[in-house]
Amino acid sequence: MWASINELKERIHAGSSEEIVAQYLDRIGKSKLNAFIHTVGESALSRAKEIDKNDIEGPLAGIPVAIKDNISTKGIQTTCASNILKGYIPPYDAHVIERLKEAGAVIIGKTNMDEFAMGTSTETSFYGATKNPWDLDRVPGGSSGGSAAAVAGGEAPLALGSDTGGSVRCPASFCGVVGLKPTYGVISRYGLIAYANSLEQIGPFATSVRDVVTLFDVIAGYDPRDSTSVDKEVNYSSALMNDVRGLNIGVPDEYFGEGTDEKVEKAVWDAIHTLEDLGATWKKVAMPHTKYALSAYYIIAMSEASSNLARFDGMRYGLRTEDQDWHTTFSQVRAAGFGDEVKRRILLGTYALSAGYHDKYYLKALKVRTLIKQDFERAFKDVDVLITPTMPYPAFRLGEKIDDPMSLYLADVDTVPINLAGVPSISIPCGFSDGLPIGMQIIGKHFDEATVLRTAYTFEENTDFHNKRPEGS
Amino acid sequence: MITSKDLEHIGWLARLELSEKDKEEYAPKLNPVLDYFSELDEVDTEGVEPAYHVLQLSNVFREDEVNTKCSLDQEEALSNAPNKQDGFFKAPRMM
Repeated sequence: MWASINELKERIHAGSSEEIVAQYLDRIGKSKLNAFIHTVGESALSRAKEIDKNDIEGPLAGIPVAIKDNISTKGIQTTCASNILKGYIPPYDAHVIERLKEAGAVIIGKTNMDEFAMGTSTETSFYGATKNPWDLDRVPGGSSGGSAAAVAGGEAPLALGSDTGGSVRCPASFCGVVGLKPTYGVISRYGLIAYANSLEQIGPFATSVRDVVTLFDVIAGYDPRDSTSVDKEVNYSSALMNDVRGLNIGVPDEYFGEGTDEKVEKAVWDAIHTLEDLGATWKKVAMPHTKYALSAYYIIAMSEASSNLARFDGMRYGLRTEDQDWHTTFSQVRAAGFGDEVKRRILLGTYALSAGYHDKYYLKALKVRTLIKQDFERAFKDVDVLITPTMPYPAFRLGEKIDDPMSLYLADVDTVPINLAGVPSISIPCGFSDGLPIGMQIIGKHFDEATVLRTAYTFEENTDFHNKRPEGS
Repeated sequence: MITSKDLEHIGWLARLELSEKDKEEYAPKLNPVLDYFSELDEVDTEGVEPAYHVLQLSNVFREDEVNTKCSLDQEEALSNAPNKQDGFFKAPRMM
């Protein structure tokens, strides 16, 4: 069930898209992962039939794709894994969904996630936690845990997630798949239900860099409906070169800090040496403000969230409790509809923006963001890419951290600086620790996805980690 | 330090009703996070501009015309409304 796009295309050519889609739906139906909140078997099969019948062409013609449940899909329930949006049916498609449909892709379902993308483990979902295909007692990472688990578990060849502070790369790392967070502005956020707008990007998942690039090429590009969308010509398939000769890699010690698992550290260094053997060079770079990234990130993300999530009031869509007066109704709708972690983030964000605290928290965090951005600008004067662990450790156990928000936040230490700076970054498999996948993070300059992808592709072509599959899932 | 009383005020600002149990449970989970955030006090940000955004984007304008590509008709706009009447969203009473 872990077929590449090219293999699937051959099988569709020899047989039909309908058969392929039916096989994936069957596998999802028997799954223990809880990777999907909602599947759309009927519409997926009828779309597949239509593609078969009319010989519809496109880069993803007849290929099944799973979509994170915070991306609006016309006519398909979209909940952000929250009770407050239970039953919400978007009347329009996100830009990326329009693009997928034009490319011939078949949407098979909406994947599980942390509620409103706020989490690192996919345990805060109103629909129950997703499990890691490599060990059902462990988390898949988050917040796009359903998408990563679906791809790792052979329940979808491709999936979309969103990444606000690591939500694509973390689950890619924990589930042993490839996940890309593009430069801010490369993919339109039109139709992505916002958590923290200045930080987030939609990103693709697949089992290989090649397939990630195919999906990325389909969904990237200018869209005037997102005012932060950047008007640039994109074609990333030319980046798929098995060649890193002359590449300069930067290794920031700050990302191998206290709390980093020894086996993770060793796997990432082994990977750097593999690239060195293939003709790259590496040097240490200093990124002195990294240690402040976590605080700056959480203050900014929570502040933006407290404002963004004001729209959920039970008036135009979503849950509505019994009417009282205006303010009481809204307060009760939100109390009944949001889960604990979402409430905590709204409260902290409101606090950080409130009179008397705005300068101490929010404004200070924005200034620290400038310093973190400058760390990247300085580093990239000397090197082409940075390589770090994606996560400090492999997947942890379900329930292990969920009652202690601070310990969960600390897990994001290596992913959040990238969103603060808005640079592109990919997580690819680079090793195992006691049977659990380890992810390596490759970070590039603004809009230099090509070099990031070339580095990732070269590593993949010369190693075998991405071909390992979880047994028995 | 956020107290239970502070939580009530923030909850009101955020239009989020908090039960007594919420207030009891949230404060011990939020205070360690705020303590952690206070590490930013040690960073020298004298003369540093805030980064509201990562790209050098200035205001993005469009023609002031109805864009039918991203507008909904009345029926679509009301399709998810939990409470509606005569083609309008029905709001709770003000007082």
